[in-house]
Amino acid sequence: MAVQFDLVSPERRLASVEATEVKIPGADGDMTAMEGHAPTITTLRPGVLSVVHSGGTDDYVVIGGFAEITASGVSVLAERALPKAEVTQEMFNGMVKEAKEAYATAQETFKNEPGPVDDAAKLMADMVAVGGHIGLTAAD
Amino acid sequence: MPSLKDLKNRIESVKSTRKITKAMQMVAAAKLRRAQDAAEAARPYTERFNAVMAGLASGAAGSPAAPKLLSGTGSDQTHLLVVMTAERGLCGGFNSNIAKLARQTAQKLLAEGKTVKILTVGKKGRDAIKRDYGNHFVGHVDLTEVKRVGYANAQDIAKDVLGRFDAGEFDIATIFYARFENVVTQHPTAQQIIPAQFEETEGGESTLYDYEPSEDAILADLLPRGVATQIFAALLENAASEQGARQSAMDNATRNAGEMIDKLTIEFNRSRQAVITNELIEIISGAEAL
Repeated sequence: MAVQFDLVSPERRLASVEATEVKIPGADGDMTAMEGHAPTITTLRPGVLSVVHSGGTDDYVVIGGFAEITASGVSVLAERALPKAEVTQEMFNGMVKEAKEAYATAQETFKNEPGPVDDAAKLMADMVAVGGHIGLTAAD
Repeated sequence: MPSLKDLKNRIESVKSTRKITKAMQMVAAAKLRRAQDAAEAARPYTERFNAVMAGLASGAAGSPAAPKLLSGTGSDQTHLLVVMTAERGLCGGFNSNIAKLARQTAQKLLAEGKTVKILTVGKKGRDAIKRDYGNHFVGHVDLTEVKRVGYANAQDIAKDVLGRFDAGEFDIATIFYARFENVVTQHPTAQQIIPAQFEETEGGESTLYDYEPSEDAILADLLPRGVATQIFAALLENAASEQGARQSAMDNATRNAGEMIDKLTIEFNRSRQAVITNELIEIISGAEAL
């Protein structure tokens, strides 16, 4: 009753455990992967990924990347990933600031195309929402 | 013939050179281990990423709606060469080998009548290419202040490259770096990153995935990240190669210095003996003359 869970970022492998369930912040909404899940590839939105395994639950903050789900395993390739406890207010502020800047640039460069601007706005909103999940608030 | 004092001074100076090269070799060895660990740690990500991308790309490659990063602009007129070298010298042929490969490629492309643009990463490569192709430079990324290359550095370079691609500044991008094989061998390598190329997955028994949001959206989201991933992998290989090359270069230098000290010491002893013999002859012949 377990799936092999791997969480890797470009710089290191963060986790490799036997998990019973993995909650993934997918681009189209959260999904929970358990054993026997249909093979799926989904992109990630900034959010909190929780892994339930025999030793308890681990939470990670993930930004960008994608998850590959098969019947027997879940691999998450996140562009940036950190254990929830390691995220400080300062880092979170940095992330939100980055998203805000990206939003501002998108507004400027794509004045007449709503697509990229909406994407950037969603990214920013997601980023701020992450704060709610980990108990930090975005500074203005 | 140099005097005894001169010889003594030279021996001292070569000895201190040997101390320096020895120290540099040991530092390079320690840094190499760290660089290799970093490259090792990045491998799972790159491998999984490329596997998934290869699957996605083979599905989308044929369709006319495929993103430009995958299918290309339809032309191969303008080439961007991203030459990645070290910021520092004293590492054997590392920098010059990469620069040489880049120069050869540039020469070939120019002979074919293509336009060549060069983006340099790392000061040493820039200096090496400047003389021949300085007028093709379009930019430079300075990593002097960076102690350990991180993914963020790769992202910055990728952003620069992608920005130029979106602006239509080039059709094909190739990165130049040295692939690390072992301490004595590093292969200068050219790798095309735009349009993206993926190795065909073997076996062909691929799982049918559900894609969320959609296959095209995922591909469009991941292709730019793929550029960053490939640049990051190349930067890490480069870092390991640089330290490997420096370690073997400094090892050679240390050994050469050792040989030189031996030779100079023999010469020193011989001259000293010659001086003594000379003095003895003078005394003896002086005594005999009496």
